[in-house]
Amino acid sequence: MEYTPTLLQEYWWFIVSLLGSLLVFLLFVQGGQMLLFRIGKTAEEKTMIINSLGRKWEFTFTTLVTFGGAFFASFPLFYSTSFGGAYWVWMAILFLFIVQAVSYEYRKKPGNLLGSKTYEVFLFLNGFGGTFLLGTAVATLFTGGNFYVNKMNLASAGNPIISSWANPWHGLEAVADYRNILLGLAVFFLARILGALYIINSIEHETIFTRAQKLVLHNAVPFLLTFVGFLISIFLSDGFAINPATSKVYLLKYKLFTNLIEMPVLLALLLAGVCLVIWGITSTTLSAKRSTKGIWFCGSGTILTVLSLLLSLGYNNTAYYPSQIDLQSSLTIVNSSSSTYTLTVMSVVSILIPFVLAYIWYAWRAMNRKKVTLEEMSKETHTY
Amino acid sequence: MEQMDLSLVDWSRAQFALTAMYHWIFVPLTLGLAFLIAIMETFYVKTGDEFWKKTTKFWMTLFGINFAIGVATGIILEFEFGTNWSNYSWFVGDIFGAPLAIEGIMAFFMESTFIAIMFFGWNKVSKKAHLAASWLTAIGANLSALWILVANAWMQYPTGMRFNPDTARNEMENFWDVLFSPVAINKFLHTVTSGYVTAAVFVLGVSSWYLLKKRETLLAKRSIVIASVFGLLSSLFLVMTGDSSAKQVAEKQPMKLAAMEGLYDGTTNAGLVALGVLNPQKEAGDKRPAFLFKVEIPSALSILSFGSSSAYVPGINDILKGGYMYTNTDGKSEIAKPTAARISDGKKAIAAFGSYQTAAKAGNRTEASQHLGVLNDNFKSFGYGYLTHPKDIIPNVPLTFYSFHIMVTLGFFFIALFVASLFFAFNDMLTKHRWFLWISLLSTPLVYLAGQTGWIVAEVGRQPWVIQDIMPSVAAVSRIDTSSVMVTFMLFVLIFTMLLIAEIGIMLKQIKKGPEGEH
Repeated sequence: MEYTPTLLQEYWWFIVSLLGSLLVFLLFVQGGQMLLFRIGKTAEEKTMIINSLGRKWEFTFTTLVTFGGAFFASFPLFYSTSFGGAYWVWMAILFLFIVQAVSYEYRKKPGNLLGSKTYEVFLFLNGFGGTFLLGTAVATLFTGGNFYVNKMNLASAGNPIISSWANPWHGLEAVADYRNILLGLAVFFLARILGALYIINSIEHETIFTRAQKLVLHNAVPFLLTFVGFLISIFLSDGFAINPATSKVYLLKYKLFTNLIEMPVLLALLLAGVCLVIWGITSTTLSAKRSTKGIWFCGSGTILTVLSLLLSLGYNNTAYYPSQIDLQSSLTIVNSSSSTYTLTVMSVVSILIPFVLAYIWYAWRAMNRKKVTLEEMSKETHTY
Repeated sequence: MEQMDLSLVDWSRAQFALTAMYHWIFVPLTLGLAFLIAIMETFYVKTGDEFWKKTTKFWMTLFGINFAIGVATGIILEFEFGTNWSNYSWFVGDIFGAPLAIEGIMAFFMESTFIAIMFFGWNKVSKKAHLAASWLTAIGANLSALWILVANAWMQYPTGMRFNPDTARNEMENFWDVLFSPVAINKFLHTVTSGYVTAAVFVLGVSSWYLLKKRETLLAKRSIVIASVFGLLSSLFLVMTGDSSAKQVAEKQPMKLAAMEGLYDGTTNAGLVALGVLNPQKEAGDKRPAFLFKVEIPSALSILSFGSSSAYVPGINDILKGGYMYTNTDGKSEIAKPTAARISDGKKAIAAFGSYQTAAKAGNRTEASQHLGVLNDNFKSFGYGYLTHPKDIIPNVPLTFYSFHIMVTLGFFFIALFVASLFFAFNDMLTKHRWFLWISLLSTPLVYLAGQTGWIVAEVGRQPWVIQDIMPSVAAVSRIDTSSVMVTFMLFVLIFTMLLIAEIGIMLKQIKKGPEGEH
């Protein structure tokens, strides 16, 4: 049987990848939460930081939900295999996101049971654990998971489950692969950089600016080390290629690197993305001119970089979620996708995405037209 | 082959039920209060009266406290389909995933984008833009409910799909059939209006407390009028959609209806139980009476279910034994098969599916086509093939019965409550009848009870089916250790309960502070 992805499958891999890259950018909220205690030393400073991040947390949350929903709808076999298999990793991520949602609203409210400090710690934990675990989970798309898929199991009335994990760790074993840890740490440090850049952009306060600027620089070094380390490690690893004539998955040396060479647009996106991230960092920290625009360079660079890497995973005859245990159980955009009809219906709905982006842009601009200041915090009737 | 641990299914069900029930504590208030806030803000924009702005902001604060935890529990539900029900995710993901994805793109972004303007945009955008944001938040929240309820309705009444034996899953054939299935429309309308009633009773209760305390009198009185009009219209509509729901259940999920009424032996001129105590010893097939005590409205169940007093309503025993006439999904009359026969048909379908896959892989088209014929002939009973005993299709009767009766009784009570509050409000007698204010205040927890029992009827009543007749919960779970689900269940209990207590504490403090303490 030939391996021939349809345009719709490729389109939906693009949409899912785009949502994934937007999600990584929006992790600046989590990054900022991690820096809460480093940048905000006084109660007022903390309140300003939480209020600037708090007006954006729902974008991250909604993108995560939409990313999950889009994955479920377009590639349901991934949803069932990864979520049901790497159970503990996903559950840990979910727990960290529950506590985030309430923390903004509850932190300063009287009668909140746990006290303000606890909710601040929740925000820190969401940032600390959420970014690292999401990075590690995404890294398994590059390095693989310990799963089997056998659709014939459905014909067994006694045990019809088609996806199963090959070890009792259910995803926790991902931390045993240094490449997963490298990406987890890279996302962790990137989120901190983006968080600091966002705070610089949205808050008008000299001390906060100085502290955040320093933190951008401090996190840039470990970020670059871990990210470049991850790139080198996956480019030098065997990749999971698909034989287009037989649909069989096999190991191929330097597959992901080859993908970028064979799809030069993705290589260009990656290089442009990396340059923008570096420019965003250096223009904020090393330039003589005071710049608050670093978030836009770094943010767009993040989106381009992550998009290019995720696209290279699903295109060019590559298995995007490889099975380390059974190569033929690996998931591809063909064997894991929804039907043509469903993808068509959702594609029609996806025409709305530009409208959604337009009103998000409007709302963002409206809310950020005036920077968060101490004066505003004292006048604002609703604060976090 | 190793057999599945059945306690895994029970723990997974418990975990999902727990999340869904906590989620439904917060969501209904969001659905209705968003509209009440938008209505109040419309008064502000129309009149320019600062009183309405203050009132809007007060209710908005309570909305925000409630909204956060509703969102948090919502994300868990979405991901639990994958973590705990992975087989289900594949088997019907082609159909079920689409509404979820559309919800994210169309509705959830709308709600979460405009809610930021609603809370923080008072001094940043124009009055009209702010008002538009408030309405769009309300519309977004309700659109969000639409898509998830479409997905839920499809599980109760699968339509617009076919089973593809090559991919081993159900695939969507007609999106409009899924979106506009009569069950989906009714489910959406019934559920969101129950949310409107929840919000109306909540506003009525809080306002009554202010009147009891002789505080915020104007805010309380005006809020009561708006909430009662909104609540009365909603609850009347709720009765209509409830009636349609019952008819749909009678037609498409007869076992659920039998459980709702504690009906073991079917009859024509079936009476509706107005009040009753089930016999706890009663089991399907035995001769014991089903009730220790009951008061019935003669023929009402036949009329409510099928529009005629002479209509036959099958009971639990009849559904197990089969042999009665019913109208199938194609609108034709046919004799119901015994459940044992359906289990046998289901096993044939599952075996034929396995044989089809083997023959297709071997390239034996003739044999594959024969197996496909058997599979198609028996697919209507596919899910029965995973069951071991006919009694497996009986849901928890007492839980379904009592939940149904509590829900209906409370539904009619709220109509009376809104009528009375409007009568007292228009005659300026609210403060004179403190007993009524107390009833209004104490009704607040009751409206939550009504919502919870409604979902229990809908979901417990359809067990063991995850997808009616096609997939039982035993075939839908993930292959994980039972102990893992137990641990996460306990963690969810702990964290949800803690957050609920925190929310109640914050709400009470905020209400105590009143509109002046809004921040």
